[in-house]
Amino acid sequence: MLHIKNLHASVEEKDILKGIDLEVNPGEVHAIMGPNGSGKSTLAAVVAGKEEFEITDGDVMLEGEDISELDPEERAHKGIFLSFQYPVEIPGVTVTNFIKTAINETRKAKGQEDMPAGEMLKKIKEKADLLEIDRKFLSRSLNEGFSGGEKKRNEIFQMAMMEPKLAILDETDSGLDIDALKIVANGVNKLKSDDNAVIVITHYQRLLDYIVPDFVHVLMDGKIVKSGPKELAYQLEEKGYDWIKEELV
Amino acid sequence: MSLKEKLLSSYLAFEDHLEVDSPIHDLRTQAIKNFEDLGFPTKKQEAWKYTSLKTLLKPDYSIFPKKENTLELKDVKKYFLHDVDTYKIVFVDGVYSSFLSETTHDGMDVCLLSSALSKDKYKPVIEAYYNKVAQESSLTSLNTAFAKEGAYIYIPKHTEVEKPIEIINFATGNEAAMLLQPRNLVVVEENAHVQIIERHQSLSDNAVFTNSVTEIFAEKRAFVDYYKIQNDRISASLIDHTHIKQERDSICKVHTFSFGGKLIRNNLNFYQHGERCDSVLNGITILEGKQHVDHNTLVHHIAPNCESHQDYKGIFDDNSTGVFNGKVYVEKEAQKLDAFQQNNNILISDKATINSKPQLEIFADDVKCSHGCTIGQLDEDALFYLRSRGIAKKEARALLMYAFANNVLEGVKIPELKRRINKLIANKIGVNLGFNL
Repeated sequence: MLHIKNLHASVEEKDILKGIDLEVNPGEVHAIMGPNGSGKSTLAAVVAGKEEFEITDGDVMLEGEDISELDPEERAHKGIFLSFQYPVEIPGVTVTNFIKTAINETRKAKGQEDMPAGEMLKKIKEKADLLEIDRKFLSRSLNEGFSGGEKKRNEIFQMAMMEPKLAILDETDSGLDIDALKIVANGVNKLKSDDNAVIVITHYQRLLDYIVPDFVHVLMDGKIVKSGPKELAYQLEEKGYDWIKEELV
Repeated sequence: MSLKEKLLSSYLAFEDHLEVDSPIHDLRTQAIKNFEDLGFPTKKQEAWKYTSLKTLLKPDYSIFPKKENTLELKDVKKYFLHDVDTYKIVFVDGVYSSFLSETTHDGMDVCLLSSALSKDKYKPVIEAYYNKVAQESSLTSLNTAFAKEGAYIYIPKHTEVEKPIEIINFATGNEAAMLLQPRNLVVVEENAHVQIIERHQSLSDNAVFTNSVTEIFAEKRAFVDYYKIQNDRISASLIDHTHIKQERDSICKVHTFSFGGKLIRNNLNFYQHGERCDSVLNGITILEGKQHVDHNTLVHHIAPNCESHQDYKGIFDDNSTGVFNGKVYVEKEAQKLDAFQQNNNILISDKATINSKPQLEIFADDVKCSHGCTIGQLDEDALFYLRSRGIAKKEARALLMYAFANNVLEGVKIPELKRRINKLIANKIGVNLGFNL
């Protein structure tokens, strides 16, 4: 599904990604771990199309198509979803209105009619229940005054509504207490199918107890330096990253 | 002949039709002399530093319409809040249109200034209030000299006006260039409540210059909610002077929505004469092309334990220019004051300009005053967030602009009006936001 080959990216002439190779197939969950500043969030942003990053070399292919020149909204229309580490507050636009806009804009881009209001409401209700989101929450302004946990839960709610092929969860676990973490992870697992894939970016192995990865990759200084099965996450939790550095030397 | 000369000679002709033996006439005589001495303001004056009237004063304006013009309701219906019941005071080229209006004398007076100035039964109110708070600036004086028509609103004690009152000034464009000088008087007695919507609307591409003066008196515990809809054609300019005098425990709010017109200057002055007054000044300005809007506000705090809140948001595209010149003046006696002044601006284009000058002058020593001003661009991270949800760049920008202006919109307490303003904003930003606002 996602094929990243020798990806180099920079911001303001500073190289952040220095040759990433990653292949994600339908039905798979990949975890990307690594120390602060290793380029994890940059990788997520580059795949989602943030314009401040410049791809200096390599390819990003989605289902065989090069997406590296596409606008962020075009990538979203093709099924890429990024759950933000720091979701933006949009006063005056309710959660419901925002998600309606997102869904209908995506449908419009695909040449489809707006989703009928009844169907939309039903879907909103169903996905809100899945993530144990209170109805009142849906009529609040998007992310405005939300707690860290509410913001993250709202991100996964949007993911549930958009039904992406590839979801990238950028530190979705940060700011979540254990109960919220379980709800979010349960939501992600329920949305998981053989046709879609998830990339989980995290510092901690904790989230991976609930969203179990098929592969764990270690990102250091803009490169994937080690990949392995889920057990690798336990090793990292226990021993940190220094042993990998030593291995590399 | 310059416009000033033309006005001075027109005044002599105008005076021939007036009853000269009246206090109103004395005011006119004084006012025209004041205008003659001061002339039109120029950029040399500090208060007009960023707004030039040069181009505005060029056309050969008709001071009075040559004939009475009428309008069909169907042609202008869209400018009214037609889905809700309202009182309406409508003028066509400065002349009252009884056909389009809906006035009342039932428990209050919602009618014409011309009758109020001429009929004996209004004399006590006119003597007590007329021209009592308007400043003697040159343009206000010009209006006072020529004042003939406008809205007269008198709300007696303990009266809650159930319907909003709309004041609409249409310009037909039957004259090549028209100068209009509406004059409104609003008196809200003790514990009375009123909502007023004011609008100036040109119906052609001929030049219109409106020099409007409104005086508002809020007696103790009165509540005044005043909305100015400035969405006129690019051929129309407006210089507005609104002077508000508040007595104790009164609340006055003025919301100014400036989306259209060539040049708009809002002189908005509040004078708090009693304790525990609350003044609210809100504004959303969205400009494009070569539009120019200048907000010049003054809140004069004279009594203790009062509050004032100013929140002006501006979005400037193309070559548009904006000015915010806001002053909070705190007298020595105005202790325990809570005054807040905020002006935030987004410049969409590299050629748009905003001059923002928030000012505080404080002579009391126990007050809470704050002011701030920001000028920036749309937040790139926010834009990326919206786009990553499949929302196209143009819509995403619109959504952010909408969000930026939103808290000011929250203050609109007439739901139908709020819906209309939302629509105006969406149109102005040029997108369908994809949901019902």
